Amino acid sequence: MSEFAFLNGNEAVAWGVRLSRPHVIAAYPITPQTKAVEKLSSFVQNGEMDCKYLHVESEHSAMACSIGSSSVGARTFTATSSQGLLYMSEGLPYASGARLPIVMMNANRSIATPWNIYGDQMDAMHVLNSGWVQLFVEDAQEALDMVIQSFKLAENHDILTPVMINVDGFVLTHTYEKVEIPGQELVDSFLPAIEKAPHLMNDQDPMSLCISAGNQHYMEFKIKQHRDMFKVFEQLESIDRDFEKSFGRSHGGAAAGYRNEDADVILVTTGSVTGTARVVVDSLREQGIKAGLVKLRLLRPFPSDDLFELIGKAGAVGILDKNISFGFEGTVYTNVNSSLLQKGYRGRTFNFIAGLGGRDITKENIEEMFSALLEQKGETVQYFNMGCAL
Amino acid sequence: MLKEIRWHGRGGQGSFTGAKLLGTAASLHDGRFAQAFPSFGPERRGAPVLGFNRISDNPITDRSEISLCDFIIFLDDTLWNERYYDDLKKEALILINTADSSLANERIRTIDATGLALDVLGLPIANTAMLGALAALSGETVTREALVEALKSSLKPSVLEKNLILLEKAYERF
Repeated sequence: MSEFAFLNGNEAVAWGVRLSRPHVIAAYPITPQTKAVEKLSSFVQNGEMDCKYLHVESEHSAMACSIGSSSVGARTFTATSSQGLLYMSEGLPYASGARLPIVMMNANRSIATPWNIYGDQMDAMHVLNSGWVQLFVEDAQEALDMVIQSFKLAENHDILTPVMINVDGFVLTHTYEKVEIPGQELVDSFLPAIEKAPHLMNDQDPMSLCISAGNQHYMEFKIKQHRDMFKVFEQLESIDRDFEKSFGRSHGGAAAGYRNEDADVILVTTGSVTGTARVVVDSLREQGIKAGLVKLRLLRPFPSDDLFELIGKAGAVGILDKNISFGFEGTVYTNVNSSLLQKGYRGRTFNFIAGLGGRDITKENIEEMFSALLEQKGETVQYFNMGCAL
Repeated sequence: MLKEIRWHGRGGQGSFTGAKLLGTAASLHDGRFAQAFPSFGPERRGAPVLGFNRISDNPITDRSEISLCDFIIFLDDTLWNERYYDDLKKEALILINTADSSLANERIRTIDATGLALDVLGLPIANTAMLGALAALSGETVTREALVEALKSSLKPSVLEKNLILLEKAYERF
């Protein structure tokens, strides 16, 4: 039986992991992810999870252990944030290239210097090219549900790609809300035990893992990996449909629209700020302004077709980035803009940079973004809620 | 219905625990939706800290900080300042834990929650009393019955009984 609880995003993730019955968790604590791994270690300590919990000495080791355990076919989870993600980054392409279905929670946090523990999405952008599926969630319920869905996605033999679930630091990890914890039996039937992929370590059929490949073969490995990534779109939709049948909730596929169908202007968001933007869209609609929203759930693989379809005939599109690629623009903008150009989109695009280092993104800031879109005014890249003029 | 509440306290006084109990009561026992979140960042004993609640009949998606409030709760009267009047919505109230009842006016209600807590718990932990006061001032925000259930599900048995008494005593003050 499912039950309701008042949980923060970290606890919701921990519950999602517990219900997914991993064999191994290897993690190193870091703010704002700490409560998630503390909760998991206490689940294991109390015998509520039958799982090997490895409290390793660093994030680099957390990824190394995850690669090891996933290589023998064990369902494996890890979690990190910010500098921890950067420290483990050497291992990320090893995992994705070896086609290991590891699931990781990344509690999105800024990158030093200046040292800052608060939320933005700079960390995820640093590893966008690591070959991991990059998923962003909007609330604690979606965080819990997507842990369960992500194991199913990563372990699918057509996909065999690790998944990073991005959960906004503090805004989600430390905010408590009502969350439905599904019953274990229901999760067990939705997510059966991992089916060991044929390329993994097997004492009955020994073979090399993490092999080297010279210039005769390397490129084929990489293009195969690239092509298989695109299979994520269809699988994610199919998994979500099954999830809805089992649990009565749907989170959609790679991207989801909100009041976008007849919208004159659209804001594209990732993660928790989507929720605040929904409130603003509703209030603009009450004033007769045709504002809409597109929530990007996946940044890798990047859902070009869905995005173009959801944006439709909107005259201007704003992309909200909680990150910046120094000397260029926000990275979500670079991706969306390139994708829309390829599809022949003719409206103007704007890049709204906000929320760096935990700066609040207010409803007024989002109203200002929609004003800029409606009037099509100002520079292509604009900054919001600045404390002083620079 | 949407109620937005901000708690002001000092690290160690239990302001976020108060916010969490309020959110638990509203969401799990009053059948509403609720958020509870702390002022983000490092927690230091004695330093000013904030706690936030949103309570609504509908799912809450707003993730911005709360600047305009229906209630502002001060667990420590040294944190009260007249500039906080600017953070009130229309018909909003400020609730201050203080022995100085002369602070009370049409926008401010006072309760000596620390005094009550010392009498009942033997400890200066005033958050449960402030919750009782809040329920008395605005049953629409949270009911006393839901708070009782939230205390029962959240507190250790060793401190539960006294906190239930404290809640009741504070409730009866208004």
